[in-house]
Amino acid sequence: MKKLRYMTGVTTLKLDQDSCVGCGNCETVCPHAVFQIENKKAVITDPDGCMECGACQNNCPTLAITVEPGVGCAAYIISGWIYGRENASCGGPNGCC
Amino acid sequence: MSENESACACTSKSSQVALMPSMPSSCVSESCCGASMEKASSMQNHEKAGYRIMPFVEEFIPTDAGDVPMIRTELTYGDILSNINVRLNIKRDDYKIASGLYAVGRPSKDSPVVVTANYKLSFDHLRKALYGRTAWILILDTLGVNVWCAAGKGTFGTNELKRQIGLTGIEKVVGHRKLILPQLAATGVSAVSLKKQTGFEVIWGPVRTEDLGLFLDNDMNADKKMRQVTFGLIDRLVVIPVEASLALKPAFYILAALFILSGISPDIFSFKIAIDRWPLSFAAVLMGIFAGTVLTPVLLPFVYGNAFAMKGLITGFAAGLPVALFWGSREGAQGMIALMLITVSISSYLAMNFTGTTPFTSPSGVEKEMRIGIPLQVSAVILAIILWIIAAF
Ligand code: SF4
Ligand code: SF4
Repeated sequence: MKKLRYMTGVTTLKLDQDSCVGCGNCETVCPHAVFQIENKKAVITDPDGCMECGACQNNCPTLAITVEPGVGCAAYIISGWIYGRENASCGGPNGCC
Repeated sequence: MSENESACACTSKSSQVALMPSMPSSCVSESCCGASMEKASSMQNHEKAGYRIMPFVEEFIPTDAGDVPMIRTELTYGDILSNINVRLNIKRDDYKIASGLYAVGRPSKDSPVVVTANYKLSFDHLRKALYGRTAWILILDTLGVNVWCAAGKGTFGTNELKRQIGLTGIEKVVGHRKLILPQLAATGVSAVSLKKQTGFEVIWGPVRTEDLGLFLDNDMNADKKMRQVTFGLIDRLVVIPVEASLALKPAFYILAALFILSGISPDIFSFKIAIDRWPLSFAAVLMGIFAGTVLTPVLLPFVYGNAFAMKGLITGFAAGLPVALFWGSREGAQGMIALMLITVSISSYLAMNFTGTTPFTSPSGVEKEMRIGIPLQVSAVILAIILWIIAAF
């Protein structure tokens, strides 16, 4: 998505190319086309497009990808600040998604 | 077969309380003939005390894993009406359907299996997309939450998928070992471990359910566009009612507080002055809500800034200016600035909250903008309160 962009230089996404086997799973599941397979290896071509959903990490067979997935919702983050990251929740059942 | 019976039962509390009396057999069988009589009795065999067969179930078809409800792919008037209710945030809580296996058309052992969440809107989108096709639909229990949010929370996950594969006996219903999942479920489902644990292979379907037909026609291949999330004007408009209605409850407290603040005057508290000044601050709050929950989402790609707090500040400024300039001039400079600060801080905060609804904002980014945004918004509110009180003297 080129038109709508968010903050730059913040993503926690990391790729260890040495353990990548070039299966292409990350390229398939990423909803923001962050990865491209070049010469049988994954390459992060658009790090600022990453929304830290965790889909790539979850579907990499060799654990080559790490990212800190989370909910990008203000209420969730505030509750994380107050109660700690592990206990964060959205504001009630209707709070957010 | 019990899972099939529960598959046709509505899980919402209301329908379990309202016991639907079963129809006396005579009214059905005597007046009907041939095929429809068979159909009618297929429905009747699935009646169960305390449950009700959902109106979208057409009949039950036999499979090697028991009878499976066959569903309609056209949405009825009732479906559309209740979908509007969900969008408007009315009765959102019990808008789920029972998990399990459903049939579309008369699927065979080779028909594709499409997996989705038990949120009624996800289900309705899916059956509309499958209009005129044959397929199996496997519905996971995501507590009535849509695919993406449920995947993020892990309820639309590898374990739940594994559980439903076991419960439905899908391996007896189809000959192949492929499940089509919405791509956005990849956050919760690991195709690698599902394959290891169940033998079922995940085919990642398109992001948008509308593209499913094209995807199926295309030998289950998705092009780049089908793989990418968009957040167009319609998507943004659709979430406005929910965002706005969520803002209304806190707004009530703010308005009550503003009434008291508006009445603080040389004689401590004057009801008359409160009534006189309150509507102005009321208007400033409403403009802030409007700018934060309507203007910002609508103009999202066009408003300057990456941070949503910044975008909300700009739309809030634009929306607050007419109120402060034309109506607020009688409050003097302090009053006008106070009104602007109220509108801008509310708009900026609500716009920042909107990051929770967009499909492209990273938590790290949200956290970063909140660390800067919240202290500024809070300072603006404190300053606004002080100025608004001073303006009365
Ligand atoms: S975390 Fe999500 S958005 Fe970021 S690269 Fe991975 S799949 Fe793409
Ligand atoms: S999913 Fe992992 S192994 Fe496969 S291409 Fe991506 S980084 Fe490489």
